[in-house]
Amino acid sequence: MKNTELPTTERHGDNKNTDLSWQSVNNDWSNDKQILDMPWGKLMMWIFLLSDTFIFSIFLISYMSARTAAVAPWPNASEVFALTIGGHHIPLILIAIMTFILITSSGTMALAVNYAYRNEIKKTVYLMLATAALGLSFVGLQAFEWSKLIIDEGIRPWGNPFGAEQFGAAFFMITGFHGMHVSIGVIYLTVIANRIRKGYYQNKGYHIVEITGLYWHFVDLVWVFIFAFFYLW
Amino acid sequence: MYTAITDQVDESSHPKSFFYKYIWSQDHKVIAIQYSITAICVGLVALVLSGLMRLQLGFPDSFSFIDPSSYLQFVTMHGMIMVIYLLTALLLGGFGNYLIPLMIGARDMVFPFLNMLSFWTYLLSVIVLMASFFVIGGPTGAGWTLYPPASILEGAPGASNGIVLMLISLAIFIVAFTMGGLNYVTTVLQARTKGMTLMRMPLTIWGIFVATILGLLAFPALLVSAIMMLFDKLIGTSFFMPAILSLGDSVDYSGGSPILFQHLFWFFGHPEVYIVALPAFGMVSDVISTHARKNIFGYRMMVWAIVAIGGLSFVVWAHHMYVSGMNPYFGFFFATTTLIIAVPTAIKVYNWLLTLWRGNIHLTIPMLFAIGFIFTFTHGGLTGLFLGNVVVDLPLSDTYFVVAHFHMVMGVSPIMVLFAALYHWYPKITGRMLNTGLGKIHFWGTFLGTYAIYLPMHYLGFLGVPRRYFAMGETDFIPQSAQTLNAGITISAIIVGLIQLVFIFNAIWSLFKGKMAGDNPWQATTLEWQTSQTPPVHGNWGKNVPIVYRWAYDYSVPGVKDDFIPQNVPQDEVVMLEGNTGNNGENQ
Repeated sequence: MKNTELPTTERHGDNKNTDLSWQSVNNDWSNDKQILDMPWGKLMMWIFLLSDTFIFSIFLISYMSARTAAVAPWPNASEVFALTIGGHHIPLILIAIMTFILITSSGTMALAVNYAYRNEIKKTVYLMLATAALGLSFVGLQAFEWSKLIIDEGIRPWGNPFGAEQFGAAFFMITGFHGMHVSIGVIYLTVIANRIRKGYYQNKGYHIVEITGLYWHFVDLVWVFIFAFFYLW
Repeated sequence: MYTAITDQVDESSHPKSFFYKYIWSQDHKVIAIQYSITAICVGLVALVLSGLMRLQLGFPDSFSFIDPSSYLQFVTMHGMIMVIYLLTALLLGGFGNYLIPLMIGARDMVFPFLNMLSFWTYLLSVIVLMASFFVIGGPTGAGWTLYPPASILEGAPGASNGIVLMLISLAIFIVAFTMGGLNYVTTVLQARTKGMTLMRMPLTIWGIFVATILGLLAFPALLVSAIMMLFDKLIGTSFFMPAILSLGDSVDYSGGSPILFQHLFWFFGHPEVYIVALPAFGMVSDVISTHARKNIFGYRMMVWAIVAIGGLSFVVWAHHMYVSGMNPYFGFFFATTTLIIAVPTAIKVYNWLLTLWRGNIHLTIPMLFAIGFIFTFTHGGLTGLFLGNVVVDLPLSDTYFVVAHFHMVMGVSPIMVLFAALYHWYPKITGRMLNTGLGKIHFWGTFLGTYAIYLPMHYLGFLGVPRRYFAMGETDFIPQSAQTLNAGITISAIIVGLIQLVFIFNAIWSLFKGKMAGDNPWQATTLEWQTSQTPPVHGNWGKNVPIVYRWAYDYSVPGVKDDFIPQNVPQDEVVMLEGNTGNNGENQ
């Protein structure tokens, strides 16, 4: 057993070998104290997001399974999600706008993280609030989309005029669950931005902005998959 | 390093008032005790339910208060409570919380507030679950697997309210587990003390760590299926519900897939077996090593076996579904992966045996339970090989053979370890020893009793006696003697149930009258026994956190005066035998 021979000091300090070989990976993982050189909260957010990834994956796999198992024909997404603007019938226009807004919000979030690490606090707060505002408009447009589907087109979780009833069920459940994530993200961003403005993190450091950003980017990334599997399939 | 472990105690953070010290506590030890007591209380409810089931099976038509509906409700609630609300909560919420910071040399979990929230959310889920006993229609009687369509259609007991409360309670439990689990994983990865490398961690921590990761990845499947079934029940979606007749009328569902639920449920359900088993594997390794005064045999292999079992547990789920009507070719794949799990599991069993081999075995109560575990686990594991094979499983499916198998392997075995762990760590938790005489009665009653209960069940299974039946009735293939056997099983079950009262009495009596334990009554090497106070105070360690110089298993090192070297003793402070100046300890 090698265990009793390990030096008692931290090992990466005297490890001169910096190339990424299996030996150095092994050294990192057999180190004492912290495995990953990051704050506790950041690692916890990563692990949470891994768990959340499983939730969304299982939602989407269940949707695919329900879609292939459904006996009635599946509604044509580009027809259902079309919008008539100024007399023109444009498929998927609303969802394109929503996706654009959400992707843009990831950009403002990334900028906020950048400015946070440069200690430009005012810009950080504004960019976080801008991200929250973009998120809020996404949720608003989603509410508009839902009401259009429910009121104008008669789509319900338990049935719709276009075909398989699992369409409405899966749609409202998954986009609802995602919309809930966006809403929570908006609240989270606002709370953190407000705390930063009040100087709560002055001594603690601004890792919190990156942690918030991780969550926000995750919510955006999930949307890309929902978009692809729901609207484009 | 962003957040090094605070070496100095922050005195201001210790709450003084009783309320903040013991009720709204953020101390991982208090939270662990809260978790444990809640889990044990709810487990006693499940124990009583199993007694009621056995009364009906052993002496049918004798008890007017047990009708077919309530029998099914007892089965369901017994299963769900035991698997989730007792075993998962006690092993991870209880022992995980107590042992992780102490064994890795941390002052607390990394986010104590979240940890506290985890317990209160768990308590809420228990209250919601218990509430289902008091609603109209009673708790759900769909079996612990909750298979739709039966579980939400009229006809299944508790289909009006019980199933809704069950699903909500599960969802709340998962939230609670996630909050706790994130804490455990982050603490193990980031908050270990100086010198405590991953490969020096006690196997207890390895087991809890990998089990928690399994939980974080498996519970999502249960959460999603609970949400979808709630929608099916409450707002009339058809995720799991095909067009179907219920009590002669067609119900308003169409096109759903009941088998999807089975896949989702078992994608959670099979890792759940290992969420329960892996912490038990870890703890039993430490108990065996300590009480045999010998280093664990093949530490590295034990660690990799835990990791391998954890990984494999995600690709075997459909072995619960051989008779479900899924594509028969799946059976080949899932039978293969299932049997592969036998390899790392067998490594663990051999290593426990080789640890005992020529050890200085102390037959203390924890050791008795640990050895009992090796018997019950080997037994239950071997019947698992029968059920893992498709052709053998088909005739045995849904018989008492299955009941006997899973009770041996994931009912009795983890509970044997839990008792071993309770007897082993009770002195650290309370400062007093449990009574040995009462402990022996408890052990022999429980160990022999479980064999009296479950061995005959294997035989009943071969006869083809189906599980979950309220009464057998007249059949050609079940002889009358099966009923005699059933009566015998019931009597054993009631005796075993009553013997648990000896343990409860012992735990309460010893709390006040037990022998004082001292800091390290078992002369163990791991860090939790090296605290300067017993029970450890808030913050665990006095002024400085301990520094670790060796692995957790330096027992009976040749040439050293004591037969154990604690993890925090540096090499130059090890007391050698007279006339022996060599560095034998280093070469172990």
